Amino acid sequence: MSAMLEIAGLTKLFPVRNGFGRKTGDVRAVDDVSFSIEKGKVYGLAGESGSGKSTIARMIMGLARPTGGDIRLDGHSIIGETGTRAYGRKVQMVFQNPGSSLNPRRTVGQSIAVPLAAHGTPAREHRQRIAELLEMVQLPADFALRYPHELSGGQKQRVAIARALAVAPQLLILDEPTSALDVSVQARVMDLLVDLGRQLGLTYLFISHDLSLMRNFADTVGVLYLGKIVETGATASVFEAPQHDYTRLLLASVPVISAEEEAMRPKIPLIDGEIPTAEQLIALRAAVSQRIEK
Amino acid sequence: MANALLSVRNLSVQFTTYGQTNPVLKGVSLDVPARSQIALVGESGSGKTVTMRAIMGLLRSPPAKVTGGEIFYDGRDLLTMPDRERLKLRGTAMSMVFQDPMSSLNPVFTIADQMGTILKYADRRLGRSRNGRERMARVHEVLGQVRMRDPERVARSYPIMLSGGMRQRVLIAMALLSEPRLLIADEPGTALDVTTQAQILKLLKDLVEERGLALLMITHNLGVVRETSNYVYVMNKGVVVEHRPTAELFEAPRDDYTKALIAAVPRLTGGTSFGKAGAAA
Repeated sequence: MSAMLEIAGLTKLFPVRNGFGRKTGDVRAVDDVSFSIEKGKVYGLAGESGSGKSTIARMIMGLARPTGGDIRLDGHSIIGETGTRAYGRKVQMVFQNPGSSLNPRRTVGQSIAVPLAAHGTPAREHRQRIAELLEMVQLPADFALRYPHELSGGQKQRVAIARALAVAPQLLILDEPTSALDVSVQARVMDLLVDLGRQLGLTYLFISHDLSLMRNFADTVGVLYLGKIVETGATASVFEAPQHDYTRLLLASVPVISAEEEAMRPKIPLIDGEIPTAEQLIALRAAVSQRIEK
Repeated sequence: MANALLSVRNLSVQFTTYGQTNPVLKGVSLDVPARSQIALVGESGSGKTVTMRAIMGLLRSPPAKVTGGEIFYDGRDLLTMPDRERLKLRGTAMSMVFQDPMSSLNPVFTIADQMGTILKYADRRLGRSRNGRERMARVHEVLGQVRMRDPERVARSYPIMLSGGMRQRVLIAMALLSEPRLLIADEPGTALDVTTQAQILKLLKDLVEERGLALLMITHNLGVVRETSNYVYVMNKGVVVEHRPTAELFEAPRDDYTKALIAAVPRLTGGTSFGKAGAAA
């Protein structure tokens, strides 16, 4: 088994400026994060807003520049190489809200043709390739002529997946791909992602706050809190025997629908009252880092 | 149930848009007894929000039109009572907790301003009067009830100064201002992180229990149904397809749609297999 993606010591600092534009400090959005994904596997990054999960995805995509650390794709460091076409052929992303990630003024076919044209597929082959891609995501070929507003949420997300697959990438980053969808539609989109993963041998980085979904999709999970991975391991073992307090809190918070699930939820009091202030957060952060170092 | 606090009987609503008339609710009936916790669950387009809006009298007509049925609150039909009477109930005897704390609060007024205004007009409708100081005392009291540690500071704040969870609690406080007997909650906490949502649901449940309120929880999330209700109505395409005690529904759903809905929920225990080859792998 070889790693498709290896992340080592990845760090992203955002400067904090005062009212005069002078830098007064840094926010550690991503703090020394390391993980790797085997070829053909699914790695799940679980975290809440502000945990840094989207910043990690953006750095892998080349949409943000890391402050430190290394990202290796298929054995090669890609720092400085992200954003090139060769890189774009290997890594693609499916965004959270297909309503805003598809251009409303382009037909489905035109949207899928953008990456085809950018990566040098001759125009005369576009129609054929678009039909193939639509078939892959189980949409009829005549959808190529429709506009996004004519499609349901699930259909739009299928189009977004087809567009991401247009350049035959090896790694697909899924940023909350089903959080905008109804649960029955979500199940069908997840079916599709699993089937495509098997057919095409895709490697997935799956970002989500939905732990129940993660449990059933990811092979390995990393729990992200305040920019750090506080716990990582095989999905089943992390869920069945969480080691970190934050993982326990997350699991205890998931609304579930059966007694069996309730039984496996850690029995800890949900934090009552107000969320911590900035000072409390900093103190909390220190406590978290201590635990990690231990 | 004739003695339910809220009783919706055979409610039908249609929408006319671009000359086309579509039935949206096709004879919906549901009961919310006093001090009960009821959930109304359905996916987008099921009609749950239209039902809620019809109960609160928030349907815009046109395009919406109530074509049949009754909505009884405390034995009186809301649909036939004069507007003046209905206004006395809305936001006072029955009030709503809205979903999105970002768009339900006005960014340019403080929490105290917004809550004070709501209270002032609620008082006026009910023919009560309170001076500014008494109103503020009530605002602080209610903010305390939703477990704000420093109600005075929260009251002085603008919405942007509060976290998402605190804003959601402000919305709950607003609903409690006039001591309602029925709370209708529209997906509270869905815009929030899972840990914050869990706190909000727990707070809502505690409040409803300690103050003896009835709760109608409108949601698409079956987990939320199980955590917050003891009786549930499942809606699909404008019809209530199944209604039972919550525990029974999850143990042995009867309707095919309910079965499919429950089967689609991924389980925290694992074992939900996605993909065609899922079962084999």
